[in-house]
Amino acid sequence: MLLTAAMLSRIESYFAPQETALSLRARRQEVIASNIANADTPQYKARDFDFRTAYEAAVSGKPADALKATDARHLQPKTQVDPLSPELLYRNPYQASIDGNTVEMDTEMREFADNAIRYQAAITFMQRRIEGLRGAMQNQ
Amino acid sequence: MSLFGTFDIASSALRAQSARLNAVASNLANAESATSSNGQPYRARQVVFQTAMTSAASHMPGVQVAAVIEDQAPPKLVYDPKNPLADANGYIAMPNVNVVEEMTNMLSASRAYQTNADVMNTAKTLMMRTLQLGQS
Repeated sequence: MLLTAAMLSRIESYFAPQETALSLRARRQEVIASNIANADTPQYKARDFDFRTAYEAAVSGKPADALKATDARHLQPKTQVDPLSPELLYRNPYQASIDGNTVEMDTEMREFADNAIRYQAAITFMQRRIEGLRGAMQNQ
Repeated sequence: MSLFGTFDIASSALRAQSARLNAVASNLANAESATSSNGQPYRARQVVFQTAMTSAASHMPGVQVAAVIEDQAPPKLVYDPKNPLADANGYIAMPNVNVVEEMTNMLSASRAYQTNADVMNTAKTLMMRTLQLGQS
């Protein structure tokens, strides 16, 4: 049996949600690692992004910060934002420190652990999808 | 891939924190050194951290030691007329190392080091699981 291009693209879209989730989770892991690394750097501001917004933007293919166009002549920015590297926001510290650093270790560690678990969950879902597809493809 | 970037970021932090630990060790070791190679009492050294891009693999910045500065606080004057280094009034200039400050600094640096080693470990676990994806 030959795999046609249409079938391949269907397989691709079957894996796409988990793939997007994994990329964004890995990206977020990096952002939080950067916060943790800079916990003692004066004036460093902790960054993060909202996973839900970023995921929805990446899946729909539309940047989350698309300008609202109420008229056909309204312009949109020319440069497309890479949906897998979402725009980073700044964290609001609960207690500001004197040196201007806004990294709070408890918050960062919680987010880091949370993100790591969710990354593992995304891997498990991906694994299940692979097993499911493999099972369906085998002739028995 | 972003997980490799996490390694670079965490390792830059490990390097920076160990430099800080090094400075603390040097300060504590010389807390009582009334003279140094330049004839002046030893001055406490402090590292200055700075956010810096670590490698092309990571999008996010790590940390680096921008400079090592000497504490400009005046030396502590101790009255000890018997000491050969004492001045005409019997005072001897001792290093401006604040031992309490150095100990807190040391604890902070070693905790930060541990945390970043933890970050690296987690990144490794996630990486291994990703590599095993699709193998049954």
